[in-house]
Amino acid sequence: MPSTGPVLIKLQDLARSYGQGSATVNALRGVSLDIAEGEFVAIMGPSGSGKSTCMNIMGCLDTPTGGHFYFRGLDVGALSNDQRALLRRHYIGFVFQGYNLLPRTSAIENVELPLIYRQMGARERRSLALNAMRQVGLAGWENHAPNELSGGQQQRVAIARAIVTAPALLLADEPTGNLDTARSLEIMNLLIRLNRSEGITIVMVTHEPDMAAFARRIVRFKDGEIETDQLNSKAA
Amino acid sequence: MFLETILLAFRAIRRNTLRSTLTALGIIIGVAAVTALVTIGNGTTQSVVSGVSRLGSNLLSVRPGEPGGAPGSARSTARPFNAADAAAIADQIGGVKAVAPIASAKVTSVVGNENWETSVAGTLNTYFEAGQWTLASGRLFTEGELHAGNPVCVIGETVRRHLFGKSDPIGQALRLQRIPCTVIGLLASKGAGAFGMDQDDIVIIPLRAFQRRIAGNIDVDFINVAARADTATAKVKRDIENLLRERRRIGTGQRDDFSVFDMTEISSTLSNITTVLTGLLSAVAAVSLLVGGIGIMNIMLVSVTERTREIGIRLAVGALRRQVLAQFLVEAVVLSLFGGLIGVAIGLSLAAAMAGWLNVPFVFEPTVVVGSFMFSGLVGVLFGYFPARRAANLNPIDALRHE
Ligand SMILES: Nc1ncnc2c1ncn2[C@@H]1O[C@H](COP(=O)(O)OP(=O)(O)OP(=O)(O)O)[C@@H](O)[C@H]1O
Ligand SMILES: [Mg+2]
Repeated sequence: MPSTGPVLIKLQDLARSYGQGSATVNALRGVSLDIAEGEFVAIMGPSGSGKSTCMNIMGCLDTPTGGHFYFRGLDVGALSNDQRALLRRHYIGFVFQGYNLLPRTSAIENVELPLIYRQMGARERRSLALNAMRQVGLAGWENHAPNELSGGQQQRVAIARAIVTAPALLLADEPTGNLDTARSLEIMNLLIRLNRSEGITIVMVTHEPDMAAFARRIVRFKDGEIETDQLNSKAA
Repeated sequence: MFLETILLAFRAIRRNTLRSTLTALGIIIGVAAVTALVTIGNGTTQSVVSGVSRLGSNLLSVRPGEPGGAPGSARSTARPFNAADAAAIADQIGGVKAVAPIASAKVTSVVGNENWETSVAGTLNTYFEAGQWTLASGRLFTEGELHAGNPVCVIGETVRRHLFGKSDPIGQALRLQRIPCTVIGLLASKGAGAFGMDQDDIVIIPLRAFQRRIAGNIDVDFINVAARADTATAKVKRDIENLLRERRRIGTGQRDDFSVFDMTEISSTLSNITTVLTGLLSAVAAVSLLVGGIGIMNIMLVSVTERTREIGIRLAVGALRRQVLAQFLVEAVVLSLFGGLIGVAIGLSLAAAMAGWLNVPFVFEPTVVVGSFMFSGLVGVLFGYFPARRAANLNPIDALRHE
């Protein structure tokens, strides 16, 4: 596998099933994947192929039912809830497929949320959050609550919240799913900039080949397994 | 970090104004109801107890009519007493401190342009002793005045206020119906009695003056007897009954045509009744506390989905379980404290207003206030904190998916 640096994420025969008995759904059935620091990986695959399930495990939000997940060589399965929370706090930014913003809470406060748990002062928090909002093209929308924003705007607030901490790993589940082409390109350029100049490792789920084309590596899922894992020679 | 938690909690409270208000409202209603009802209940009890004790302790009241009627009920058709009956009780029964024969009527009293409908009692100086009256100014009757039935009177505070206003009543003239009468004494105020009646609304004249000039007969309507403190009122009561049965020639097997009320007995009966009343009020209060508690519970349970998602989001961005729980705990405590304080304030003002209106004392009972406060707080914390604790134990992704 191509690697630009030491391994950041290692998935070893990862499995995740939901439900029990005859109703069991095997969302992941033995996924093995290495992602190195500084990589920009796109995950593609049909709906229901297990992309989100895999992302949630990589984001330390969910626990696998089989196999291992190593983060910087650390076996995440052996960690306590609080230890995983600290991993998320200090190393991971996550853009949810369904945004997951706090309702009745202004955009800027949503973006500030991860910084609060980093024990950061109010002024520093505000300036970082403003900067992140500007990067996703939402300057001027700081005081709008999620229900006053369009789907695309909410998606960008979710992106701003994920990048505001400058995480080591950015996991984005269809970050451009609700955006028009122009906006999507803007976001992709932002992600590339973060990847190149700040060395943030990015794993992004997308349905759109145009967006996947920005990544240097494309992993395809099918029925809970990796179908193909290819370098993208066309990457900019 | 602690400060940060408090800030987080306050932000969450402000953000969810409706939910916060409704939660606080549940607490407010519960605490206010308990505070108001219990305060009023205590005030009423105290008013009744002290009212009865102001009638005079160890007091027996002998009235015509069959036993079983209430004191102060319509005068019966039974034979009235006379002064000799009272004298016989004083002479022949042991353990008696003062015996006062009383004849009374409602009479309009007039001074200048002012007139005032009041009760006039004809009696002896023993009346003051039996009823534990003290003089504010002036003097009591002399033997000569009592014997001759002179038109002199001792008045109560209410009568003075209505007829004399600011001027000193002693030595002034008063008309009872047509009869002019000189004020020689003013009684110290006793305030409301056990039944809310005004004990100070009274004019007292010598028994003979009443019989001769107002009633036109030699009847005595009732006899008040004060037993000595070291004497059992039950025994005095029995002795009086025997004596009067003899004097009124009531044979064995015949029913008494008079009755002896023991005020001590009545006092304990009354305080039993008010205890029951206070219990009832407390039950009502407990129900409102419960209703408030259920209100809080409902709101908390209804918002549990949203709150679980909120917890999922916070966990996802790196909050520790205990940080999330601390925020929820502070939130619940702040709302409970806030609601509790407002509830106590409303409850006490309501109680004060009602105390004024019902003319009972305002008796502050800290234990009840604190107790209801704690109960509501407990409900708030219970239903705010424990669902949160369950949610915080989930994988963040499960919390986020909660429906
Ligand atoms: N919480 C859950 N409980 C039960 N089944 C689940 C749950 N989450 C996912 N699944 C199942 O796991 C499979 C994979 O779901 P996943 O969300 O990973 O798909 P996906 O590749 O992200 O699809 P999409 O492109 O539509 O987002 C699906 O068959 C889905 O029904
Ligand atoms: Mg998905």
